[in-house]
Amino acid sequence: MLEMFNEVLAHNGLVTAFALVGAIMWLSAVLSRRLTFGRVHGSAIAIIIGLVLAYVGGTITGGEKGLADLSLFAGIGLMGGAMLRDFAIVATAFEVQVTEARKAGLIGAVSLFLGTLIPFIVGASIAWAFGYSDPVSMTTIGAGAITYIVGPVTGAAIGASSDVVALSIATGLIKAIIVMVATPFAAKFLGLKTPRSAMIFGGLAGTVSGVSAGLAATDRRLVPYGTLVAAFHTGLGCLLGPSLLFFATRALVA
Amino acid sequence: MVIYGTALLAFCHLAGLLLGDLLGSVIGVKANVGGVGFAMLMLISLRIYLHKRGLLPKETEAGVGFWGAIYIPVVVAMAAQQNVLVALKGGPVALLSAIGAALLCAGAIAAISRTGRDTTALPPVHHHEFVEEEDIVFIAGVSHA
Repeated sequence: MLEMFNEVLAHNGLVTAFALVGAIMWLSAVLSRRLTFGRVHGSAIAIIIGLVLAYVGGTITGGEKGLADLSLFAGIGLMGGAMLRDFAIVATAFEVQVTEARKAGLIGAVSLFLGTLIPFIVGASIAWAFGYSDPVSMTTIGAGAITYIVGPVTGAAIGASSDVVALSIATGLIKAIIVMVATPFAAKFLGLKTPRSAMIFGGLAGTVSGVSAGLAATDRRLVPYGTLVAAFHTGLGCLLGPSLLFFATRALVA
Repeated sequence: MVIYGTALLAFCHLAGLLLGDLLGSVIGVKANVGGVGFAMLMLISLRIYLHKRGLLPKETEAGVGFWGAIYIPVVVAMAAQQNVLVALKGGPVALLSAIGAALLCAGAIAAISRTGRDTTALPPVHHHEFVEEEDIVFIAGVSHA
C-alpha cells in the first residue's frame, strides 16, 4: 500500500509538487494568523518552510538541489525551475495599472530607482567584504538585497553558483521580514501617514510582500499606494540586475 | 478563451528571453540580459494595446492571471530546491546585507517623505473601504513578492 502511494507520487512529480506547495501555503497562512497575528506575511513563512525543506533535502541526499534531489519530490524541481519561475514572474506584470502608476508620479519613480540602487550597493559591498569578490557573486548578492526574486533571476542570467543564489534569496528574504515586522514600529520615523509617503515607502522598501504586510500593520488605507510602486520593483530589478548593475560591478571590480 | 491569455504570456516570455539572449550576445555577455524585464514590458504594452481595442475579454485575462497568482507558490518551490546547506555557511553576508539595506532605505524614506510638498491625503475610514482594502492586501499578498 505504502509502496503504491510512493509510486503514484513519484510518477506524478509536478502534481505532487502542486499538492505539497499548496499544503505548505495553507500551513503558512494558519501559522501567520495564529502565531504572528498576521504580522509576518504567510508567503514569507511559506518561503522559510521551503528553505528549511531544502536544508532537510540537502542533508538527506547530500545533493545541490535541496528537496528536489529526493526522487519523491523531483517535481519541485520543475515547479520551481527557471521555466515556470520566469513564466509566473512575467505574468505579474499584467497586474500593473499604468494609469495608477502615473499618479504615483516622479517621486515614486525616484524612490524606485533609489530602492534598487541602495540595497544593491550595500549587498554587493558586504559580499565583497566577505570574500565573494568576483563580479558575478557580488551582483547576485547585491540583487538579492533588492528582492528575493531579483537575486535568483539575476544569478541565473549571469551564471552564479547555486550557493550564491541561495545566499541572495536569504538576503532578500531577511530584508522582506525586517520590512514586515519593523514597519509599524518605524512608521513615525519614516513619516508614513499619507499616500505620497506610502508611495515613497513602496519604492524604497522593495518587495511587495514586505511592503503590503508592513503597511497593513501600520495603516490599511496606505496599502494600495505602497504596493502600486513596489509592484515595479521586481521588474526594474530584473531588468537592471543582469545588465546595467552587472556591467557597472564588473567595470569596478575586474 | 483562457488559452489565448496563456499563449499571449508565453509569446511575451519567449520573445523577451530571445531579446535578452540577443542583447547578451551583442554586448558580448554569455548570458541572458534583462530577458524577464523585456518580457514584462512587452506584456504591459500588449495588454494596453489589446485592452484599447476591446480584444481582452475576462477569459483571456484569466489565462494570464492564474500564472501571476501562482507566483508565490512557484517561489516557494524554488526556495525548496536551493543549496541551503552551503548558504548557511555564509550567514553573516545575508544578515548584514539585509540589515544594512533596510537601515539605509529607512533613512532615505524618512528624508524623502519629509522633503517637498505633500498634498496627498487619505480618505476617512469607512467600514466599507476597510473591507475593500483588506481584499487588496490579500490579492497583493497572493500575487506578488
